[in-house]
Amino acid sequence: MDLVAAFGLQILYGIANLALISLGLAIIFGMMRVINLAHGEFIMLGGYTVVVATNAGVDIWVAMLILAPLVVGVIGVVVERLLIRWLYGRMIDTLLATWGLSLLFIGLVTSIFGASTATTISPPLGVLTIGEYTSSAYELLLIGITAALCIAVFVVLRGTKFGLIARGTMQNAEMASALGVSTSRIYMVTFGVGAAISGLAGGLLAPITGVLPTIGAVYIAKAFITVISGGAAILAGTVSASALLGGVNGVTAFLTGPTIGEVALLLTAIVLLRLMPRGITGTIFKKSL
Amino acid sequence: MTLTRRNFLAGASAAVLAGPAIIGRAQAADPIRFVSILDQSGGLDIYGKPMVDTTRMAVDEINAAGGLLGREVELKVYDPQSSIQFYTQYATQAAVGDKADVVHAGITSASREAIRPTFSRYQTLYFYNVQYEGGVCDLNNFCTGSTPAQTVEKLVPHTMNKWGKKVYIVAADYNYGQITAQWVRKFVADNGGETVETEFFPLDVTNFGPTIKKIQAAKPDMVMSALVGGAHVSFYRQYAAAGMNRNVPIASTTFGVGNEHKLISAAEGDGMICAYSYFEEIDTPANRDFVARFKAHRGEGAPGLNELATRSYEGAWLWAEAVKQAGTAERMPVIEALRAGLSYNGPSGRVTIDPKTNHARQNVYLAELKNQTFDILEVHEDQPPADTLLVCDLVADPNQSVFMFENGLEAAGIEM
Repeated sequence: MDLVAAFGLQILYGIANLALISLGLAIIFGMMRVINLAHGEFIMLGGYTVVVATNAGVDIWVAMLILAPLVVGVIGVVVERLLIRWLYGRMIDTLLATWGLSLLFIGLVTSIFGASTATTISPPLGVLTIGEYTSSAYELLLIGITAALCIAVFVVLRGTKFGLIARGTMQNAEMASALGVSTSRIYMVTFGVGAAISGLAGGLLAPITGVLPTIGAVYIAKAFITVISGGAAILAGTVSASALLGGVNGVTAFLTGPTIGEVALLLTAIVLLRLMPRGITGTIFKKSL
Repeated sequence: MTLTRRNFLAGASAAVLAGPAIIGRAQAADPIRFVSILDQSGGLDIYGKPMVDTTRMAVDEINAAGGLLGREVELKVYDPQSSIQFYTQYATQAAVGDKADVVHAGITSASREAIRPTFSRYQTLYFYNVQYEGGVCDLNNFCTGSTPAQTVEKLVPHTMNKWGKKVYIVAADYNYGQITAQWVRKFVADNGGETVETEFFPLDVTNFGPTIKKIQAAKPDMVMSALVGGAHVSFYRQYAAAGMNRNVPIASTTFGVGNEHKLISAAEGDGMICAYSYFEEIDTPANRDFVARFKAHRGEGAPGLNELATRSYEGAWLWAEAVKQAGTAERMPVIEALRAGLSYNGPSGRVTIDPKTNHARQNVYLAELKNQTFDILEVHEDQPPADTLLVCDLVADPNQSVFMFENGLEAAGIEM
């Protein structure tokens, strides 16, 4: 029984982890159709923000929850203004430009901080005991924050004027423009929000995975697989794809081993895209966000 | 200057006139060419950068002492950017283009296997200064790093006596991790213990939650880790975050070689026991002097020294000593000098080339991690490369250039 509870929590954490690293990309790629190959580096920069800030004496909670999204959000806005806005609708060019951007970020961070970086911040909060099993209480917190983040994105997109205008702009920019919306500003803010969420993810994961200039590569493939499997509806898609892929990965990893766990995740994504080429929300939950 | 016909002719004729003089000088003091191919960018740079630093230092010291045979040693460093494709490209460039007298290259076994045939084909002397899974049997290739039979054989009984006989193995899912895990299983069984589970991880896994739960369910006495690379450092963090490091201690032959012990906090790392042929904390005059020289040479921000970095330095010196003994930098005389049982007393102690395998007999140290530094527990001197000796005898048959453990230990005929 303890094992079931401890393991259930572990699977939930795996799902939350996938959703957390994918949500920012879901906004930038899923909503704005910008193939952002620098997504992993946005996460990495969030992690570095936390490491630098805590080394400078900033409280870890402030660093993770406020500074990381703020810094990466600003970087996102700058990137959008300088690079991305010239390339809307040119998918292949965007792909090349963001790939270059990713290499630039890795190179910059490596030359500033070196190839390996001490992340001596331990995950805050202590150990959570479930019968004979122990987990990190921090993992539980991450599940909670991811859930809260998804709800926040839902509320903003569904309930606020900005959300309505942003969705409208993404659906038909010319029409939105004709109605007096400054689409350029909407694109900029949306990209910044996507980057900020990626930065938050990186900041939150820094204490538990550590940071390296090249850590982005670990996240980017999984984030793209999750978002593409999820399909057009960014929130329902990301959550349902994370639940499916994270669940399959967790159960298989526990029953066999991590290698087969990764294989199962990829296999599920391939089969899913064969059966539902437009992702989960291209077939079911069509009307959702 | 724009290139007109007139000044082109003037330049060309000047070059022709000056030509013979330049060639004449070059013959008198032609430098000896030393090429290093090590990753300084990409995922493997945490290993490669310190190795390049120490190689530079060795070459600088050799030149400061008057060079070799009155000739300067010219170091050329290539950065293959953690990409195998660049390794093969630069290996060919070093052998054919630069006509290198010696090449020190490669970090992963995959990179070594990509370039080793190139150096055999072009008859370019090749050093590989990295701890690896053992099994290379190649007259042209000197493997100076430690192998599992040297480190794991000492680490397993020591930690089993200390912590208990039920062992859980976690390892990186490629050649090195797989073969090291086989050696761990063998030495656990030889010492009367039991391996409860072996798990392999692709190099990009960062969520170790399911495994930590499995370790809790299996209740081992200790965990043996052969995890590799930046992403796998997460294991130690998550293990500590779940409070496991206080209950089930970890031993490793891979933790620390990328200076991982400086990357995680003291609370997360304390109590781990590791085995290598070198630790920065070795308390001998030779090593204290070496560490001080390295800090002075590298200056601000000098990285921590580990087996890979220090063996790169010692490897360069082993080659230099062989050149001195041979009286030439030519390949075959240098190989013979090395295989005559050449020794070098370096910071790690005495390193001796074993002629049967072209591997190194070397000291092995066991150390416990305390407050981000290693506290040396035991020294085992002059350990032979027993694993490679099982499958390789270059004295009996020098004309070999093979990697015996390519398909694991059983395929090489080793009973497990």
